[in-house]
Amino acid sequence: MPTPILEIRNLQVTFNTPVGPLVAVRGVDIDVHAGEMLAVVGESGSGKSVSFLAAMGLLPRSATVTGSALLDGQQLVGMTPKQMRSVRGRLMSMIFQDPLSALNPVHRVGAQITEMLRAHTKMSERAANARAVELLEIVGIPQPGDRAMQYPHEFSGGMRQRVVIAMAIANSPKVLIADEPTTALDVTVQAQILEVIQRVQVQFGTAVVLITHDLGVVARVCERVNVMYAGCFVERGNVHGIFEQPTHPYTRGLLASLPQTGVGRLVPIAGFPPNMLRPPSGCAFRARCDHAVEACGSAIPPLVPVGESESACIRASELMGRK
Amino acid sequence: MNDDVVVPAKSPRRMAYERFVSHRGAVVGVFVLTILVVFVALSPFTARYGVNEAVQAPPNYFLSPRANAWLGTDDIGRDLYSRLIYGVRVSLVIGFFSAVISVFLGCLIGAVAGFRGGMFDDIIMRITDLFLAFPFLVTLLVMRNMLGAITWLRPITGDLSSVRFIIVLFAIFGWMSVARIVRGQVLALKEREFIEAARAVGASRWYIVRRHLLPNSIGPIMVALTFSVVGAILSESTLAFFGYGPQAGAGATSLGILVGQAKGAVNTGFWWLAVFPCLALVIIALSINFIGDALRDATDPRMVKDA
Amino acid sequence: MLKYVVRRLAWSIPTLCFVTFLVYVALRIGTNPVESYKRINPRASPEKIAQYIDVNGLDPNYVRGYFRWLVNFITLDWPRSIKGSREVAPALKDALANTLRLGTAASVVGITVGLLLGIFAALRPGGRRDVAVNTAAFVGISIPPYVSAILFQLFFAVYWSRWFGSTLFPTSGVYPPGQTGFNLGLMIRHMVLPTMVVAIQIIAVYARYMRSSLLDVLSSEYMRTARSKGISERRVLFKHGLRNALIPVVTIAALDVGSIVGGLIITENIFSYPGMGKYFLSAFGEGDFPLLMPWMVLIVFSVLLFNLLADVSYAWLDPRIRLE
Repeated sequence: MPTPILEIRNLQVTFNTPVGPLVAVRGVDIDVHAGEMLAVVGESGSGKSVSFLAAMGLLPRSATVTGSALLDGQQLVGMTPKQMRSVRGRLMSMIFQDPLSALNPVHRVGAQITEMLRAHTKMSERAANARAVELLEIVGIPQPGDRAMQYPHEFSGGMRQRVVIAMAIANSPKVLIADEPTTALDVTVQAQILEVIQRVQVQFGTAVVLITHDLGVVARVCERVNVMYAGCFVERGNVHGIFEQPTHPYTRGLLASLPQTGVGRLVPIAGFPPNMLRPPSGCAFRARCDHAVEACGSAIPPLVPVGESESACIRASELMGRK
Repeated sequence: MNDDVVVPAKSPRRMAYERFVSHRGAVVGVFVLTILVVFVALSPFTARYGVNEAVQAPPNYFLSPRANAWLGTDDIGRDLYSRLIYGVRVSLVIGFFSAVISVFLGCLIGAVAGFRGGMFDDIIMRITDLFLAFPFLVTLLVMRNMLGAITWLRPITGDLSSVRFIIVLFAIFGWMSVARIVRGQVLALKEREFIEAARAVGASRWYIVRRHLLPNSIGPIMVALTFSVVGAILSESTLAFFGYGPQAGAGATSLGILVGQAKGAVNTGFWWLAVFPCLALVIIALSINFIGDALRDATDPRMVKDA
Repeated sequence: MLKYVVRRLAWSIPTLCFVTFLVYVALRIGTNPVESYKRINPRASPEKIAQYIDVNGLDPNYVRGYFRWLVNFITLDWPRSIKGSREVAPALKDALANTLRLGTAASVVGITVGLLLGIFAALRPGGRRDVAVNTAAFVGISIPPYVSAILFQLFFAVYWSRWFGSTLFPTSGVYPPGQTGFNLGLMIRHMVLPTMVVAIQIIAVYARYMRSSLLDVLSSEYMRTARSKGISERRVLFKHGLRNALIPVVTIAALDVGSIVGGLIITENIFSYPGMGKYFLSAFGEGDFPLLMPWMVLIVFSVLLFNLLADVSYAWLDPRIRLE
């Protein structure tokens, strides 16, 4: 396997809150390869966004980040703010969930894109304007020249998200982190946005990390999937493998709660995610797991190969045979 | 952040209490105010002299602070410390009663305006716009004279120079800002789903007010109440400072009158006459302002704190 | 935009008429101008009184009286003051000029310092300097202007000269007694204390507005987007944060003109500063109807003007707002 473009090792994120330290990410490893589309799946609060915000250096001051995140060989954790700034928006950029609040309401759309361009290149204002219009065209905005002069409130939700994508890919980053890019959009628009993301992935050779809780989205566009629960990865592997034969009880629960044609009922996962102010010992899912045994509480189970995937369930191979 | 962090569930009241207590200024404010109220309520014991009583036989005027007059004496030899206690008493009474009346009126008018809408709402909002845009002091002075000149209102307002008159005057002004807040709450609540749900199951309007509107707007109303108390106390002092406040009948006094007296004492350097009443006024205003701020923090779930 | 402004200005004329009618009635009831005239001029002949009633529009019928007053006012046929000695227009002009000077100085100092302090505090919410600014602002809004004015007077008029043997800042008037002609240095020294008294209020209020507005903005998502672009923190703050933070501050600013005027009235009176406030309080005290009405018109007009100004700058700052 080639060296990954983004290599995260043992990343930990702790928030200093008034009620005590809150461990949001508890030592995750992840490899993102050049040009691939990778999914990170989990419920809200599982730490999936926080992990990548940490890599981007975008967490508030109350967060402590440890571990390692190598982007194209550069260590991101512990970078000075100045070094970090030269990485952000140039090598790695981000698309956010809500395109309405992600765009500054008082600046023209074109200006918000040229700002990105001119932050990292010595482009003239003229050239940057022209490039911004080109980018708007690439993401499929009709009449990009006129639209560049408009304000975000004059765009529909889907169009706004296209603008955000145009901004994010302005400097052809190596890695694009898409943080729930379709969650705030209408279902009909979701597919279009995913298509735009796929297109820029191919056209720019950008690796895309798709953070989502929507397994339907994952099945449609991704090759590899990482499932996160309570700040740890519980399962990862090929999309088809995991969909056909999930190895971790949590993944199985997620899949069972997904609406499918022909299946009678949705089965929700019982209980609630653990309180991360007092994280449980051992496997974090064990309180909600039907298959939990005493041994589950002894240590956080590492990811081990099971079949075609990797699973963090100590009973994974044993449970594989059963339904 | 869309990865919301799961925090242990606590009852809203408990959380509000905890947020209030974490406001250090408010805790000090409550402490100071409590002491003041106790001091003032026990004035027969805490005051050393009567309101009009001279501390000693002449020469007794403009004595600097000393053993028999802790905070010095005024131009006719009265003890400033004792007079401060009487003055604070009057000011607190004015502040409390005018705030309570104006909040009551404001809730009533605001709720009706919000629920009924239409003409009534328009007129009420125009009136409040007009009054709130105009310089407050000017309106207050003009309205004071006007109110005093309307003879058939005498039974309600009392004499122009009485404490009751001041309370009525402030209540006439105070309701406006409260009415705006309550109206806003009503309009916001009308849009909310649970009100619609309550309507759909046939709940009466009064039931909705009692069960949904009041519990939901109690926070902002409490905040408005505290700020009206400060507003009334400061307005009274302002009026009294320029000689338009309650008159010191039989030597009665208020904080405003005491501060007003300081005006004459300044250029002669009787500092105690200026410093102590001013200090008392600022301490009271600051304490109540802190309490109001903490109440706002406590009852507004939208906390603006880092992460 | 221009069309909007013109229409708003046109609309302000009926508003002005309506509000001045209310003020007219309120003053007729509140100050009883005719009685005041008789009190101040006890030996006035019935003809004089009738003439005073006529030129001031003090007809027993309020509506007829108001129109009489309005006609005189518009044709600039302004009656003399209650004692018959003063022309109203020049007195009002002087007072306005003095107040504008004081008000502008205080607003410029107050708004600049207030906004800066608010920004300074919001950058580190909960930090030591945030707590310091917040507490100071609270103390500021809890100090009524007459209290700070009295304490300043006590310190500068009495103790400074007693301790240091010279006057640093004079505590009354625009010029020392006997001074004639223009002298910038003296004027500024006389203005320092009143300006500070008014500015303290403005600083406290604006620091708090700015702080909470900027805190709201700083926690918004577009700030994170801006940061994710890799531009400098300063650019994030100035280009993306401040303009958004100013939008709510501007709307509140217009509503605040009333309280600034209130502060000016109080301050001018204490520092014997010959401005609009001193003019108003003495005219009000004497029930001087001819002096009061033009003053009121001016105040109503400036309130309307500032409201318009706020709406225009609001639309200018926020492209989402359309002036229609």
